[in-house]
Amino acid sequence: MSKNSSERLLPRPSSESQHFWDGTKEGELRLQRCGDCGKSYFPPRPFCPFCSSRNVLVYPASGQATLYSYVINHLPTPGFDGPHAVAVVTLEEGPRMMTNIVDCEQTPDTLVLDMPLEVTFERQNDDITLPLFKPAS
Amino acid sequence: MKHQHVAVVGAAETTEMGVIPNLTELQLHADAALNALADAGLTAADIDGIACAGVAPDVLASYLGVTPTWIDGTHIGGSSFMLHVRHAMVAIQAGHCKTVIITHGESGRSAVGAAGFPEFFAGRLGGEFEVPYGGNIPPTMFTIPALRYLKEFDLTIEDLAQVAVAQRKWAALNPRATFKDPITIDDVLNSKMIAYPFTLLMCCLRTDGGGALILTSADRAKDFSQPPVYILGTGESCEGPMISQMEDYTTSRAFRVAGEIAFAEAGIERDDVDHVMIYDAFAHVPLYGLEDLGFCKPGEAAGFIRDGHTSLGGKLPTNTNGGGLSYMHSGMYGMYAMQESVRQIRGLAPAQVPGAKISVALGIGGMFSVSGTIIFGNELP
Repeated sequence: MSKNSSERLLPRPSSESQHFWDGTKEGELRLQRCGDCGKSYFPPRPFCPFCSSRNVLVYPASGQATLYSYVINHLPTPGFDGPHAVAVVTLEEGPRMMTNIVDCEQTPDTLVLDMPLEVTFERQNDDITLPLFKPAS
Repeated sequence: MKHQHVAVVGAAETTEMGVIPNLTELQLHADAALNALADAGLTAADIDGIACAGVAPDVLASYLGVTPTWIDGTHIGGSSFMLHVRHAMVAIQAGHCKTVIITHGESGRSAVGAAGFPEFFAGRLGGEFEVPYGGNIPPTMFTIPALRYLKEFDLTIEDLAQVAVAQRKWAALNPRATFKDPITIDDVLNSKMIAYPFTLLMCCLRTDGGGALILTSADRAKDFSQPPVYILGTGESCEGPMISQMEDYTTSRAFRVAGEIAFAEAGIERDDVDHVMIYDAFAHVPLYGLEDLGFCKPGEAAGFIRDGHTSLGGKLPTNTNGGGLSYMHSGMYGMYAMQESVRQIRGLAPAQVPGAKISVALGIGGMFSVSGTIIFGNELP
């Protein structure tokens, strides 16, 4: 994705999310799952939001997802050049996450709800690689 | 024993509305407060409870000259004031205070002495997991559920646009509305694209202004010059600040939970309601509000509006001040929704609903994050 003069606002990892950003650097989309109730969740935190258990583990997601909803932002946004989709995808494992859809036109005709997507990783700097999604091959 | 009821005995907005470059946010709070005190025939010395958002309640109390025995600084965005009303009602019933003032003032356009918005709308996790993708301002966050909503209910972008058209018709009747000229669906669709499917006329205004309410117990309320507007029901809830984590893009859990509690407390049915205010930061929100409050079945609000039921002469006049889309929106709109409810119940609204007895005001904080619903009435149950 091309950039304009101002840079994309990048995440600042914390102790509870470092595993996620370590994963994207290694080409892995990491989710968490509860060791007691078995449910997957996102964003990262060191306990289960469904049953309050601290017995949680990190695991690699498949990277498969579908397009849940989006807008195509026409407002100037740091790090984006022209209209771009701000999207929310449903991961195969259940949780949803915000992302951008790349490798396709940013138009309503191209971006069809429920279309299958797969994760792709875009390096930003030494510390941060963002998980973006593209139409499934 | 049932608690005694509480009533609004003073209500007013700021003297000016729209662009107010000469007043700070604190001054807007005070201007609204002084107008509400005058409306109630009181002075600051009569107030023993204070609640506000934006400026801290201790700052406002000392500025106004109030010595409170009850303070609420709940600040959860645009529905803060609905929650203040709910909390104040209980505080009055508990005897913690007798006469509460709730104020709002926001220099949303001129940004004079403005508290501004937090660094990340959706908190630290939102800053980490939404902002990098462009989910950093309301037009790219609040709006995201809409395409899913339209698809699930087989609706079109015209169904969004007509919400703005319907509200402009109300605004035309309101001398204080920012925009009064009639618009068509084509006007809305052809206005500047902000974040597809949302064009400029589907997005709320950014203006300066404020408002204040004064509450006291129902037995004292009868002694005031204005007819009491009783609080019949109240509800509050929240879901969360990250729009990506909203559990269902076709319905707001916060709206449903808060609304259900408020109707149960009031002991009324939806058919009993004469007038509704639904916080409309963007054109899709009234659709969710009408459905999640139970006035329409899921997916039927767009048809309900299209058929004129929320417009002049309709069975459920909605957003009769013109709403955030056409009247004003300083950033935290909930106060203005309640001001219009109070005007309608007093019978003093510019676009008065004949014989309005019960009005419902739904507020939102953040992007579908927090909700407060207040039901007002002109009679005790």
